Amino acid sequence: MKIHEYQAKKLFSSYGIPVEQHILCHNVDEAVSAYEELNMEKVVLKAQVLTGGRGKAGGVKLVKCKTDVMNYAASMFQMKINGLPVNKILVSEAVNIDSEFYLSFSIDRKNRSVIMMLSSEGGVEIEEVAKYTPENIYRINIDPFVGMPDYLARRIAFFLFDDMDLVGQIVQILQNLYQLFIENDASLAEINPLVLTKEGNLVAVDAKMTFDDNALYRQEDICFFSEPTEEEEMELQAKAKGFSYVHLTGDIGCMVNGAGLAMATMDLIKLNEGYPANFLDIGGSSNPKKIFEAMRILLQDDRLKVILVNIFGGITRCDDVANGLLKAYEDMHADIPIVVRLTGTNEEEGRALLRNSNFLVAETMNEAIRKAVNQSIKAG
Amino acid sequence: MSILINESTRLVVQGITGRDGYFHAIKMKAYGTNVVAGTSPGKGGTHIDNIPVFNTMYEAVDQTGANTSAIFVPAAFAADAIMEAADAGIGLIICITEGIPTLDTIEAYNYVQQKGAILIGPNTPGVISPGKSMVGIMPSQIFKKGGVGVISRSGTLTYEVVSHLTSKGLGQSTAVGIGGDKVVGLYYRELLEMFEKDKETQSIVLIGEIGGNAEERAAEFIRWEITKPVVAFIAGQFAPPEKQMGHAGAIISSGSGTADEKIAAFEAAGVAVAREPSLIPKLIVESQLKKIRE
Repeated sequence: MKIHEYQAKKLFSSYGIPVEQHILCHNVDEAVSAYEELNMEKVVLKAQVLTGGRGKAGGVKLVKCKTDVMNYAASMFQMKINGLPVNKILVSEAVNIDSEFYLSFSIDRKNRSVIMMLSSEGGVEIEEVAKYTPENIYRINIDPFVGMPDYLARRIAFFLFDDMDLVGQIVQILQNLYQLFIENDASLAEINPLVLTKEGNLVAVDAKMTFDDNALYRQEDICFFSEPTEEEEMELQAKAKGFSYVHLTGDIGCMVNGAGLAMATMDLIKLNEGYPANFLDIGGSSNPKKIFEAMRILLQDDRLKVILVNIFGGITRCDDVANGLLKAYEDMHADIPIVVRLTGTNEEEGRALLRNSNFLVAETMNEAIRKAVNQSIKAG
Repeated sequence: MSILINESTRLVVQGITGRDGYFHAIKMKAYGTNVVAGTSPGKGGTHIDNIPVFNTMYEAVDQTGANTSAIFVPAAFAADAIMEAADAGIGLIICITEGIPTLDTIEAYNYVQQKGAILIGPNTPGVISPGKSMVGIMPSQIFKKGGVGVISRSGTLTYEVVSHLTSKGLGQSTAVGIGGDKVVGLYYRELLEMFEKDKETQSIVLIGEIGGNAEERAAEFIRWEITKPVVAFIAGQFAPPEKQMGHAGAIISSGSGTADEKIAAFEAAGVAVAREPSLIPKLIVESQLKKIRE
């Protein structure tokens, strides 16, 4: 789960990580009064959207007078960044930048640990630094049973600074950010840039955090930050039912058991020049009710021209799937063709149940996908 | 031969009285796996299908000589179960449970390392050495004894691939699901090494997916260290960026972890990449012929 910069800064503040002064605004009037309240000559307007690349899209502006605040805030509230509308902006203190750094904690899959990354090049994409000047990145894998004791934080701090005052400041930030990361089940906590001001203070000028979806059950405070888009709302509804759903742009509705097979199904549809409307993994359950619910989600989607059901039964039993499909068909009066492929546990029973029904039954994945693509083309 | 599990596997099922643990303990036993014990705190002294149930892993290991464990306990308690198994002296821990918080897995993994044990998963369908032993939730009827080693990040996609292999007469030495989570125990590299050393394994199928760079690292490893023919398949060629595709680890983030990068890495390392699962058996036969000619 992603959260906004302003939300991440709230967390930073509560963990004692210094951030610049900022005020959250929902409209132009609020932005103007925020400018007056901050009472500074220069401020930065920052669009709050849950996507990267806002700087390049014009979502960050340095402004120097009230008229400019009005004009730029107005245009920012009109913006869409990567398709997402800007509903909130931050009016922030423009700090006096001496130098910029990068600091993050994230999950290192390869070493199965949390990794700290610190770079002397801040304010640019860390991927770029990794590519062109990797020697400017300092990485430390953190032992979960040791954490971030003083000696380790100091060792990291000396990579950037000799001045003991600055070493002390960054040690605090490292320890607090690590604690924030661990206590809240984050998967990323990133400060880019971490600014050294001309006054000699380290300040987190941007804040980016994402959280482990698998741990949200024990992180009530973090769940409170959730702001799903319309698309994500549908995905969350599906998740609450035990499915994993991703909205795509095509017209072939998919229902598959297992994430890998669901992805492979999507790929094979595309290779056959069809267009999947979604990714829907119904997970490893055999409950006919679940099949019924999955059909309901698909049939709500009026973009669909055909539905493709691809099941490889392991835990999932094909006869249960067939029963769920028949019930759904009877109750919901689907008026689009439904192609079904059932293989694995109890496949004979499952296929027998579907004989003489309105379902188009296929024996292999390839056959099912060809049939579904043909149906979608036929429907124009 | 085979890898990880065989006739001498003595299995304890952690969480044997839960719905899934119960169902699969019986299925594994029916397949011929030597299921010697189960655990469930508070249910010690009872039996399930003649399998003795213990309160703790310590008792289970002590009294039955179990050397392998399969974990079916709910996500919130699964990391604890992994650590209990490692502390009780289990050498191979296979964690089926899905949805464990990543930081819990990191702790459990590091503990398992300290104890010198091996962790497979979490979020894995398990391991099967056809005809010898099955630890997990795989539909055993589609597997057949033979010479192909299978390594996969996914469950049902593995079944799809294996059913194509079996139908073309290509049996399997061992099939291993490494798990779909961001952080898992054994990775491709360690398993490739095991298959390379295993006499029964003649070729290897590697089933990967988007997210992370484990496939790229595997490709590098194959290039220098693996002499047996390897065929790869990558799921998620058309997955949209920044979206988690079912598995917690299947996500393209900041433009990296794409199927294209992974496919290119394999091809550069001389590994044949199948565009679709049904083409895998043909590529295996071709790769084997090519190796023979070399």
